[in-house]
Amino acid sequence: MKLFRFRGGVHPKGYKELSEDLAIEQLPLPSKLYIPLQQHIGDPADVAVSIGQSVLKGQVLGHSQGTISAPVHASSSGTIIDILNFTAPHPSGLAVKTVVLQTDGKDQQTHNTIPLSPFNLSPEEVATRVGAAGIVGLGGAAFPSAVKLYQGVTRAIDTLIINGGECEPFLTCDDRLMRERAEEVIDGIRIMLHTLKIKKALVAIESNKPTALQEMKQASKICPEVTVVKVPTRYPMGWDKQLIRILTGREVPAGKRSADLGVIVHNVATAYAIHEAVRYVKPLISRIVTVSGDAIIKPKNVEVRMGTLVSELLDYSGLNSSDYRLVMGGPMMGQALPHAQVPVVKGCNGIVVLSNNMAPVQSSQACIRCSQCISACPVGLLPLEMVTRIKKGDYKSANDIGLKDCIGCASCSYVCPANIPLVHYFNFAKGKIRDQQQVQIKNQKTKKLAEAKRVRIAAIEKSKKEAAAARKAQRAAEKAKKQQLTQHSDAST
Amino acid sequence: MKLAPHSAPHTHSGNAVSRVMLHVIIALLPATIFGIYIFGLPALNLLLITIISCLIAEAISLRIANKPITCHLLDGSALLTGLLLALSLPPWAPWWIGVLGGFFAMIVGKHIFGGLGQNVFNPAMLARVALLISFPLEMTTWVDIKPLFTPDAPGFIESLQITFLGIPNLDAISSASLMGHAKTELSLDRSLSDSLTSIDYSLTSTSLGIVAGSIGETSSILLLLGGIYLLVKRIISWHIPLTMIATIVVLASLFHFIDSERYTDPLFHIFSGGIMLGAFFIATDLVTSPNTKLGQIIFAIGIGVLVYVIRTWGGYPEGIGFAVLLMNAMTPLIDHYIKPRIYGRNRRGNPMATPSQND
Repeated sequence: MKLFRFRGGVHPKGYKELSEDLAIEQLPLPSKLYIPLQQHIGDPADVAVSIGQSVLKGQVLGHSQGTISAPVHASSSGTIIDILNFTAPHPSGLAVKTVVLQTDGKDQQTHNTIPLSPFNLSPEEVATRVGAAGIVGLGGAAFPSAVKLYQGVTRAIDTLIINGGECEPFLTCDDRLMRERAEEVIDGIRIMLHTLKIKKALVAIESNKPTALQEMKQASKICPEVTVVKVPTRYPMGWDKQLIRILTGREVPAGKRSADLGVIVHNVATAYAIHEAVRYVKPLISRIVTVSGDAIIKPKNVEVRMGTLVSELLDYSGLNSSDYRLVMGGPMMGQALPHAQVPVVKGCNGIVVLSNNMAPVQSSQACIRCSQCISACPVGLLPLEMVTRIKKGDYKSANDIGLKDCIGCASCSYVCPANIPLVHYFNFAKGKIRDQQQVQIKNQKTKKLAEAKRVRIAAIEKSKKEAAAARKAQRAAEKAKKQQLTQHSDAST
Repeated sequence: MKLAPHSAPHTHSGNAVSRVMLHVIIALLPATIFGIYIFGLPALNLLLITIISCLIAEAISLRIANKPITCHLLDGSALLTGLLLALSLPPWAPWWIGVLGGFFAMIVGKHIFGGLGQNVFNPAMLARVALLISFPLEMTTWVDIKPLFTPDAPGFIESLQITFLGIPNLDAISSASLMGHAKTELSLDRSLSDSLTSIDYSLTSTSLGIVAGSIGETSSILLLLGGIYLLVKRIISWHIPLTMIATIVVLASLFHFIDSERYTDPLFHIFSGGIMLGAFFIATDLVTSPNTKLGQIIFAIGIGVLVYVIRTWGGYPEGIGFAVLLMNAMTPLIDHYIKPRIYGRNRRGNPMATPSQND
């Protein structure tokens, strides 16, 4: 298939060899699971259980609320021992509402295991099942998948792109999934095609995964609508809009969505989860996580239940150092975790533990305008120019010259010879701009209310005046009447 | 266990400012060593004086600006400026040329603008041009080649005398640079074929660098090798050097074709004077060249045209310094107008039109 050109990108060392040949293992059942009610973009789920209640595996712990939301389910059977605010897997270390499940080891499940034919279901029914299974984008974005599938009902979609890029260093969970469960992934893709009522799916896999390419090509033979495409190994290949350009030659206009071009992008792991949810009515309660990094003794690809503490994964894989950096996700865009006492959530594709040698803390130097950040930027921005403005506090002009289009892929920071934390500045400025916009919205609201009050008061004044005038007129009329009457009586006498 | 908050990325290419500078210095070494070899110990003295002056001026400036001194001195940028400046100086120039040049380059060329990365002009070229305008005699006194270990070469004591007390018996050993010679002869209405044969011009000797000239500008072949090294190491891209050389070749070929007795041939142009040093090491200066590839091409065409114009019709035999400085001044303007197109937007920065879904 012809691929289209794209700009920028970097070639970070992959370190995939640490874990790419290791088969997916099952992590032993932990004694406690900490299941956050928010594991997705959108509104948190509404808690549906109470403390002391016993639950079965797959039972709903929190209902989806709002249009963009997803339910969460019990990852095993046991007793709810607490519902509390627990540290979220985020650098801030802030807490989110979390259900604590004491597992009973029986792992009894609720869902039926009789296979269903998804192709007899209507697209709406499939999307509803996907939504009810709590499936979100498993590539890391964690956007509710059902919302994307509904787009097929409301918009004209012609192409489904399946993202098997896995361009982040260290991560091999999607690679292993495609190698070991290719048929299931292809089945998930077919279900999506059925739901979107389209006949074209492109599976993009980076050239550094030859076995996965082969397995997926083999599995896709039963389905001519699915084409497996080898794409070059270059970060950030997994950026959905980049994939659209490479595969279709079209660009998503600024401010628009992929669906406006008739394209929808899903991750391979999401395709697998959709297969499980629709065929076997199995909610999303586990996912494959790569545990790797140079501070890990035995790197692994493990299937982990949502809510398992990261510390359990570290115990399972072994640490060879006590001084390390703990990252959820890949090293390019992953979040540094405050500590290991945080749960694995739906969007977590990897736990990468790096020693200080590999992730040194370096002080930044002056920019020498080498413009490598410009060459590396896949969007076509001027990082060095944006950062100068942000340093001066001029967030608005930074936003105008490109910050609003920044995807935060960190390619610029990666290549910068002066070690300037460019993407950190950009994320910081984005937050500042959001704050400013919030203030602006608030000001506008206040202004509106003040204006409404002014109008209301004016109306009251006016009606008061009118009433007074009316009373005056009435009084005058009464007076005149009285006078008339007296005149009358005078005249009559 | 201590986990401080870190922001992504948690990995780095390993590229560093000092690495960039180091590679450029390595690339310049062959031409530098060759220059010292053919011009003898006075050239080495001048080179060391210039570099040490740059380092001292850098340290003083950093001290005044309250910046950390050691880490900036070690980044190699002052060393590189000193080296580039020295390579563009006449080999037997007196010590104070090196000192003045070094101080001018670092203080006026770099730190007045705010230090590393902030300067508009290439510091080495700024100093060279300032010296050329202020001290035309010292800056155009070229000596005949006197390779080390030959009977003619000045000894250690003699070299110190040359550097610190001046060149004895100047007329006996001074020589014209090739470009200067061609220019003078043309002004005397002699045709090129006469004037070039009169000083035994051959392409081999100019390209190898066995001619009178600046310390490090004469050996075009060694500079070209250094340039290729930088290209291979991806410190520079081909855009500036190739475009600049191609522009000069095109212009020189055109005029040489029109009147070969008046206009020198293209190979003469690119293999003499400071073209190779300029194309690979001066014009490619990261700080003072445009950010985008297209901008760099425009910038390089500008330098090529200016070099040719100054060499051919201007008052100076060599124009690389002026040409680079003039185009350095244009860099902010080029960067203002030439920007990469942003994904999903047109060149003006407006969102692209949504294509109709039926196409």
